[in-house]
Amino acid sequence: MVPVTATRGSVRHAVQLACPPDRVWALVGDPARIHEWFPGIESCTVEGDERTVVTRSGLPMPERLLTVDHVLRRFQYRMIAPMFKEHLGTLDVHELDDGTSLVVYSTDADPAPLALVIGGAARNALSRLPAKLGLEGTEHRTTAGDPGAGPVATRKGTH
Amino acid sequence: MGRKILLVTTDQQRYDTLGCNGGQLSSTPNIDALAAGGIRFERAHPQSVVCMPSRSTILTGQHPSTHGVWMNGVPLPVDAPSVADVLHGSGYRTALVGKAHFEPFLDPFFRFVENSMATTDGSVPPGGLHRGFEHLEMATHGAIGPLHYARWMMAEHPEALGGFYPALDGSLQVNAAGGGDTGAPQVKVNPIERGIYHTDWVADRTIGWLDTLGADEDWFCWMSFPDPHHPWDPPESEVGRVDWREVPLPAGYPEARAEREAILDAKPRHWRLWYDGTLVSNYEAPAEWVPATLTPDQVREVNARNAVECELIDEALGRVLARIAERGWADDLDVVFTTDHGELQGDFGLLFKGPYHVDALMRLPLIWRPAPSSTTPPSVVSRPVGLVDLAPTFCAIAGIAPPRWMEGEALPVDDADATQRGFERVLTEWDSELFGVDVHLRTIMRDHWVCSTYLPGTSHDGTEGELYDLDDDPLQRVNRWDDPAVAALRGDLVADLWDHQPEKRTPELVLEAPV
Repeated sequence: MVPVTATRGSVRHAVQLACPPDRVWALVGDPARIHEWFPGIESCTVEGDERTVVTRSGLPMPERLLTVDHVLRRFQYRMIAPMFKEHLGTLDVHELDDGTSLVVYSTDADPAPLALVIGGAARNALSRLPAKLGLEGTEHRTTAGDPGAGPVATRKGTH
Repeated sequence: MGRKILLVTTDQQRYDTLGCNGGQLSSTPNIDALAAGGIRFERAHPQSVVCMPSRSTILTGQHPSTHGVWMNGVPLPVDAPSVADVLHGSGYRTALVGKAHFEPFLDPFFRFVENSMATTDGSVPPGGLHRGFEHLEMATHGAIGPLHYARWMMAEHPEALGGFYPALDGSLQVNAAGGGDTGAPQVKVNPIERGIYHTDWVADRTIGWLDTLGADEDWFCWMSFPDPHHPWDPPESEVGRVDWREVPLPAGYPEARAEREAILDAKPRHWRLWYDGTLVSNYEAPAEWVPATLTPDQVREVNARNAVECELIDEALGRVLARIAERGWADDLDVVFTTDHGELQGDFGLLFKGPYHVDALMRLPLIWRPAPSSTTPPSVVSRPVGLVDLAPTFCAIAGIAPPRWMEGEALPVDDADATQRGFERVLTEWDSELFGVDVHLRTIMRDHWVCSTYLPGTSHDGTEGELYDLDDDPLQRVNRWDDPAVAALRGDLVADLWDHQPEKRTPELVLEAPV
């Protein structure tokens, strides 16, 4: 395998929810409601295609809204604070065959560390969606790397 | 009234930086005195060579596979077991002053208590306890950010903020910029007044908390210095203590380039790939820095500044011990001094840390000075122990049976005790997965051998390994993994490793930040 060390980081998290996708989309597909389900975002204002969220630390983060597709159930935005050379956030709500929903939140960012910071917070937000919607959920996770699978250990401890 | 416990940790400190361990560069009389009156461990290893997993091991008494913090940026669950919680539940007053780092630093959303506490709660955590600590005042490397030290500096000494080296660059990568006299990475002239540098702040705040306690109270205080972890930017007024021009090159630094590179070539390929700047496998070293560019003078200057930071820690500890004596607690005081992991500091032509399980990163300073009232004789322990053994040691000091979730054992008081109680091996593990690059290795130290086996990853197919005879090759220059003469031994060590390696926690905890 050819090692790759890029300045752009890509992170993806997902959660499966036991409810129809339209119910999820009504919350996460509304750009003005992000502070209702994303822990650490205290408030947000939306004017045209500009959104500014204010984090719990008091940091305002300006964003540009790119896609709000109610048919595809896709939301995309860019964080445009100077610290980002590039950012693309993509939130998709898929309908699964059994009528449940799969919510996928992808974060691509340059500098790469910011993808982990934003993606980690997004993962936390996804993990709380089941409770927010009054549902039982099963969390799933996928990232670009292989988490690695070693031999299965059989005992604990060193002594 | 029982025994008091002072746990003193530093960050990223090598075994050979203490006078009691043969160090020549820094003067560490207070730590040396603890060693002379207590138990000095010659073979203490961390269970991970990076901060968050290792600190989580200290707190939980568990290996990383069990507590689940498999790399920096993976937060330790808030409900993870904690020896501080056990002690607090037994009547101990508890505090952590200095660097915690059980939760990621980069957190603009204030998702983690460590980052939000100084802004929203002061020094008492929400609900009264966080991980068993009733009092937390936190600091890290520098004076920017939301932690208590940074906020204090911003409020009281804003003029001094610019003196620190910016640990991260504009891309939030570990900064590669050079400074000082030699242009060494993570070195900077810091004109800060010594008394407000974080080492003395940690000691001051520790004393401040101890002064709030009643004379008859029992307490557990984790005093956690951010130094001598890079950046190497100690107060400039103190830098003259060690003239880098007179610092000898460390034994682990092969000065001849050809020799250095031949040694690296005999190790698994990620060593040489990092040295050449071809592969950056982990966040903890500057991504833009190429180790092959490291010069002998840069090694000297880094070592000199590191030694100064070690001296400041020793002096700060001395002040705390003096205050404890003034409070009348000296006879009942147990002190444990150690660090979370080591630093390459020139070994093999490298700096910083990463998936490199050699003595530079794994052999730690560890001293346990039992309370004089316990009449424990001084000793030196050569048998292997781990940071996983600290939590049960604190329980033993407090007279508490260690909870079943602790995987270590109370530290032995001498080699006979260690032999009798089966201290035969110590394990260290590494897993990292960062933007398409993953590395996984497991290491056992047993008898006089260090054996690492690699799992499949970006640079490894799972057949690679490292095997060093510490008796014949203390600098770990000759990798005997493929030596037929020790094939049987290798097989035995690997089998023993997997026989004792704890099962990986499932589901795996999620990486939520770079650090």
